[in-house]
Amino acid sequence: MSSGAFTDSIGHDSTSTWSTAQVGMLAFLCSEAAFFATLLIGYLTYAGVEMAGPTPKSLSLPLAITNTVFLLLSSVTIVLSLKSQSRTDRSGFTLWMLVTAGLGMSFLVGTGFEWYRLIYHDGLTISRNLFGTTFFTLVGFHATHVTVGILAMIVLVIRRSKGWMAVDSEAPELVSWYWHLVDGVWLLILVLVYLMGR
Amino acid sequence: MTAAPQSHAHDSDSSFRPPLTARLHDWVTTVDHKRIGLMYVIMSLLFLVVGGIEAMLIRFQLWTANNTLVSADTFNQLFTMHGTTMIFFVVMPMIAGFANYLVPLMIGCRDVAFPRLNALGFWLSLFGGCILYLSYFTGKGLYGGGAAPDVGWFAYAPLTSPAYARGGSVDYWILGTMVSGIGGITFAVNLIATIVTMRAPGMRLGQVPLFVWMMLIDAWLILFAFPPLTAAQVMLLMDRHLGAHFFDTQAGGSAVLWQHLFWFFGHPEVYIMALPAFGIISEVVPVFSRKVIFGYTSMAMATAAIGFISMGVWAHHMFTVGMSDALDAIFSAASFLIAVPTGIKIFNWTATLYGGRLRLKTPMLFALGFLTMFLIGGLTGIMLAAVPVDWQVSDSYFLVAHFHYVLFGGSLFALMAGFYYWFPKATGRMLGEELGRLHFWLLFVGFNVLFGPMHVSGVLGMPRRVYTYQPGQGWEVWNQLSTIGGVIMGIGFLCFFGNVMHSLFRGKSAGSDPWDAWTLEWATTSPPAVYNFEVVPEVRSRRPLWDLKHPEDPDWKHE
Repeated sequence: MSSGAFTDSIGHDSTSTWSTAQVGMLAFLCSEAAFFATLLIGYLTYAGVEMAGPTPKSLSLPLAITNTVFLLLSSVTIVLSLKSQSRTDRSGFTLWMLVTAGLGMSFLVGTGFEWYRLIYHDGLTISRNLFGTTFFTLVGFHATHVTVGILAMIVLVIRRSKGWMAVDSEAPELVSWYWHLVDGVWLLILVLVYLMGR
Repeated sequence: MTAAPQSHAHDSDSSFRPPLTARLHDWVTTVDHKRIGLMYVIMSLLFLVVGGIEAMLIRFQLWTANNTLVSADTFNQLFTMHGTTMIFFVVMPMIAGFANYLVPLMIGCRDVAFPRLNALGFWLSLFGGCILYLSYFTGKGLYGGGAAPDVGWFAYAPLTSPAYARGGSVDYWILGTMVSGIGGITFAVNLIATIVTMRAPGMRLGQVPLFVWMMLIDAWLILFAFPPLTAAQVMLLMDRHLGAHFFDTQAGGSAVLWQHLFWFFGHPEVYIMALPAFGIISEVVPVFSRKVIFGYTSMAMATAAIGFISMGVWAHHMFTVGMSDALDAIFSAASFLIAVPTGIKIFNWTATLYGGRLRLKTPMLFALGFLTMFLIGGLTGIMLAAVPVDWQVSDSYFLVAHFHYVLFGGSLFALMAGFYYWFPKATGRMLGEELGRLHFWLLFVGFNVLFGPMHVSGVLGMPRRVYTYQPGQGWEVWNQLSTIGGVIMGIGFLCFFGNVMHSLFRGKSAGSDPWDAWTLEWATTSPPAVYNFEVVPEVRSRRPLWDLKHPEDPDWKHE
């Protein structure tokens, strides 16, 4: 009678177009998004508040843009890696996955350099003022997520080279979803912290 | 240990039982959704006893003016631990237990989507509870502060700042609830993936039992409500241990930010605890009225509406903080709005009862208790959503009465209904009907004697969370009534635990379908085999078991 109302929205029966792992990953990424949204709200709450010590003006925009380029490129290379996987091109998969991880590491080096300058030259620490508190918490959790993503890629490469992972495994695709989310969060940070906050 | 197998080997007629250590090992390492569900429920019952004892100590302390049974510090710890325990370690695990046990059975699948993640979720929840209660064993704490957390279950800043909360007590609160909260997120991820992709052949999302519908919305609420709490708790940990200033007003931080972030979790949490209760009631009421649920579609839609609106009403917990009039008005209006879908549900259940052939077994008694008590809690909720009323009675015992009518009269009565309803499925034995009735009536009477008078003491001006009060304000008699009610409820729970123990070993054998019900969990044996179903029937309607029992007049001809 009225059950038709629900059938259009999410699949028509259990033979859904989404696999179980995909739905699980999507749900998990929603929780991640909610987590970062809260940290961003924490940052925006105190953005522009009068305070002693360094402000967002001490951030280096060229460095942030370089970092952005690293991450955006990595989102492209991980897609290339997935394409190689679907063509069962094993060396192509490994190569592009390692390039992606390398770009992620370049991002982390950039962040490390930025933090070094902020801490040792500008004297900005997490306890210095509200900018330090919110900036390091937000960017720190993002960088942690980048690190986890790189580790996941290395695990994928190892599993593939040892033959522990099926050719049609969903794992690389799911890792790429996670990586795109981490990328998206960075773009938000770029706009809200580095561009608007200055 | 070596002798154990031999002693059991003499039970020639029963199957061979492995030694106790092996059986414990099986339980600890299990990834079976049914065993994990049962462990969640057992955990919940253990913490229910602890939280109940804390509540009784609170009631005895308030028996009379200027009572000295417990000190002020101890009292603060008692109400903090009582609230935190009941919400995070009684209701939440009980819900997770019911969902874990029932959802795969109801949608006709073998297990949840990610069984190992499921086990992780349970152990995180349990360890969260253990972390919280470790605080009692830390003596004087790191800097000579108190042992257990004493900042209330919503842990407002600046009470939680290093200046006011010395020692590790608040850290135990943060870590205990954070760890169990992460367990909750894994539970939600699992549940969504299971419900969306693993339904029996032919079962559309519009045909799953309403309990499954409500758990689906519930899981989404968990996904969007818990991460903000985790983030807020991370900020608080940063404040406490790394010198950050999120909630540190002296450095420009904001104590109100904590309130916003906490209640952005805290209000959806109320519905996270209520929606599964609605789901249980939506299963029990039709079966014991011998009627199809009235308004399945509107029920599911109302659930989605509640889930959606509940994300936008959090600041009605903060009317007394001093927000702007505009914010007060918006959050007040949004809170009134949520009464609409909730009202739809109440009317749907009532319409299901109307004209039905009611069977007043224990599950049904609890369901009817839920309907009436939750209604009262909902009505006082509408009162509190009106800003001027809230200004008068916020943080008084009127508020305490309100949320206990919602959470105890609502959630816990429904969970008890579910417990009596599905106990035969999980154990293969019926719970005793006489003790069950006694349990219900003691609980029902005790509940009203306990929480009814709190409306009065609240209106008379008694604030919540005071460890004692002065004589001559007319509060004694209401407090004494409350305490008597508490004792009656305690006796009720003794009946309950006695009933469970007795029925586990000597209960009447249940058979696979003792209530003549219609959903898939009753289509398999009680208790179900590890693999759940030998043959999963093809689903063509919302009541697959009815179709199976009545091939001459199946539901799918009418839906």
